[in-house]
Amino acid sequence: MTQMDTESPAVARGTSDPVIEMRGISIAFGGVPALDDVDLRLFPGEVHALMGENGAGKSTMIKALTGVYSIDSGTVVLDGEEQQFSSPAASQAAGISTVYQEINLVPNLTVAENMLLGREPRRRGGIDFKAMNRQAAASLERLGISVDPASELGSHPIAVQQLVAIARGVDVDARVLILDEPTSSLDADEVEMLFSVMRTLRDHGVAIVFVSHFLDQVFEISDRMTVLRNGRLVGEVLTEETTQLEVVRMMIGHELAALERLESASGAGVDRSARPVLKALGLGRKGSLEATDLDVYEGEVVGIAGLLGSGRTELARLLFGADTADHGSLQVEDDRSHLRSPRHAIQRKLAFSSENRRAEGVIEDLTLADNMLLALQARRGWMRPIPAAMRTRLVRQYIEALDIRPPDPNALMRNLSGGNQQKVLLARWLITEPQVLILDEPTRGIDIGAKAQIQQLVADLAQQGVAVVFISAELEEVLRLSDRVVVMRDREKVAERLNDDLTVADVLEIIAGSARQEEPSDA
Amino acid sequence: MTTADPLAPAVAGSAWDRLRGFAPPSRFLPVITTFALLVGMFGAGAVRYPGFSDPQVVLNLFIDNSFLIVLAVGMTFVILTGGIDLSVGSVVALSTVVAARTMEAGWPPLVSCVLVILIGCTLGLLMGLAIHYFDVQPFIATLAGLFFARGLCFLLAGRPLPIHNKSFSGFAEASISLPGGYYTTWAVVIALLIVAVAAFVLHRTLVGRTVYAIGGNETSALLMGLPVARVKVGVYVVSGLCSALAGLLFSLYMLSGYSLHAVGMELDAIAAVVIGGTLLTGGRGFVVGSVLGVLVLGTIQTFISFDGTLSSWWTKIAIGVLLLAFVVVQRLVVRRQP
Repeated sequence: MTQMDTESPAVARGTSDPVIEMRGISIAFGGVPALDDVDLRLFPGEVHALMGENGAGKSTMIKALTGVYSIDSGTVVLDGEEQQFSSPAASQAAGISTVYQEINLVPNLTVAENMLLGREPRRRGGIDFKAMNRQAAASLERLGISVDPASELGSHPIAVQQLVAIARGVDVDARVLILDEPTSSLDADEVEMLFSVMRTLRDHGVAIVFVSHFLDQVFEISDRMTVLRNGRLVGEVLTEETTQLEVVRMMIGHELAALERLESASGAGVDRSARPVLKALGLGRKGSLEATDLDVYEGEVVGIAGLLGSGRTELARLLFGADTADHGSLQVEDDRSHLRSPRHAIQRKLAFSSENRRAEGVIEDLTLADNMLLALQARRGWMRPIPAAMRTRLVRQYIEALDIRPPDPNALMRNLSGGNQQKVLLARWLITEPQVLILDEPTRGIDIGAKAQIQQLVADLAQQGVAVVFISAELEEVLRLSDRVVVMRDREKVAERLNDDLTVADVLEIIAGSARQEEPSDA
Repeated sequence: MTTADPLAPAVAGSAWDRLRGFAPPSRFLPVITTFALLVGMFGAGAVRYPGFSDPQVVLNLFIDNSFLIVLAVGMTFVILTGGIDLSVGSVVALSTVVAARTMEAGWPPLVSCVLVILIGCTLGLLMGLAIHYFDVQPFIATLAGLFFARGLCFLLAGRPLPIHNKSFSGFAEASISLPGGYYTTWAVVIALLIVAVAAFVLHRTLVGRTVYAIGGNETSALLMGLPVARVKVGVYVVSGLCSALAGLLFSLYMLSGYSLHAVGMELDAIAAVVIGGTLLTGGRGFVVGSVLGVLVLGTIQTFISFDGTLSSWWTKIAIGVLLLAFVVVQRLVVRRQP
């Protein structure tokens, strides 16, 4: 596809007038700015990538353009005329269509209906289904998508539904097509299919906004990029004039340095001669985890590696008493009694942050402060409310310490980005001053800046003497942080290694597994 | 496909092969199940009771349930969007009372009918507005409507009001002769017309497809630029309209207005819609299914009247069992989907 630049009608790229120009856009939610003086230019026949971390303002920007949010200040100029889109319908009528990450189609109607409803062909006062299917088939074919238009949408895989959504989008004579994370649920072939559709459209002069977390894809398909950070414009660059490293640097700013510095932070001075703070002996539960031994010492980070379903999460839940063990024992300090419930575990200074942030972590309709204080309140019991002054002090302290944004204790949890939600959850447990902190996938689905901060925090906590059990699917992360690595496979602990010069390849080999490696561990 | 089998004898009759290979789209399955159930019940009745197989029995089924058919049509609109309308029974009663009261006062029947229809639509509109714009649960909004309309009945008439209007009762008693000595009533014709119009609206118009789209995914429907607000309020107006029409048909059937008419009829209507294969979560189902559902309920009653020894409460027990069976079957169907 190297010749595409010369073939595309947009050879005059950058010299023609932009179809859309957004200037000085600012939007604030409840006084907290989400966008601050951001510009965006879209040229016809061009794929424009909107780049930024979670919470940088990409979605807000898109919603400003499509009329979902109203703009506090700034102008949107379409074809040289200033516009005010008051609703998604208004922006659609102006030729801007959006395909969201979660597919906004109706599964119980047919493919053709999903594409054409709202402007369906009619005959004798009713919908002309034959003409509708014909029209849908024609536009599907033009985009090279082979689907039966009369079939029910819900019967197709997600990727096909995504393509149908795009077909609907461009069928409205779109001049601007916005694709918000369209590739997140597609495999490589399907991504290729999508890209060829995108190239076809671009060559027809459509301006495409492409939002994706996948840098490789962005560099493959885009012509121009606008980078946002913390609701501000960092810059607009041409893809061919920049590099991935450069763009990442623009996206995360100074924070990349933190990630690099971390390498040296871990590994120092764990005293394993003392009594372990957490000692599991033959801990297991029928159907979820085989008998497992695990010692965790003060000031140590124990990484748990393994594939999804290998028993990592099950182990974490048993350690915390979220599931009850049916054999083995768990000793916290010198207390041997069984953990009956998470409440019980919290009282013994254990803390557990679940991998399922949404269902088992945050309570979306409560404020940041309420979410943060839940665990402390649970430990104190409902009879002893937390004094207001203490609440304020704690919340303010942790918002500052963890750099939570927005720094507003009364912000609703649902309005925080994933990374910031995760920080609040961490704060929730840190407030209880745990001896043992169990973190299940604390960095999943959050942006690289927040990730670096959380990793740094884990390293710092270990230095302060907290024992940390760190679970992650990302082996690099586990190896970077851990003093010791436990590898799980098939609901069983298969190895335990000191993290001296362990490499990702070593761990992968253990995970991939063979009888040879199932010998007793050497830790 | 069956034709791909090279070992199949060529003479085996391709018609049979086609029949055997015919797999109806899964969305029709619940309706087909209901139809099969209806046919099965009739077969059993015909074997067991002499006279059950008389076509007039079928015609009577329609005559005795014309109002319920209309009610079920309105309910289908609402349930397809994922809502529910509990007020319909009370609105039926209110309609009979208003019709009887106004005709007693000397109003011409047509004017009475228009007033009844206006009241039904207005009540539906108010409930729809509350549901859409104030985000009131449909269950609660229409429960309020149920109490309101029932209370209004008692306010207007505490005792049964017979309808003496000549042209109204004349229309009620008029029968349409069919070939073979069978007959039916105008109420049935009206009910079937309403079914036809409803089916056309649901399947051939944007409004109808939007009803399905809302039941499938309301947010998506909104983002697709479909007229969600209008349609969502509209289905309650349709249900109110159908309740008013059903109330008029019920007045024709009973020739009286009474505040205790149609107590619990909303539940019969919901049962008919569910037995007819419409998903309570919305987005799936057909008006024809609801008509079949009404006929199933009617057939159970016919069974009991033909038997003569069974208590009429067996109707309720049979409806209860059927309803549970259908909801379980629906869950299974939904669960099979990815």
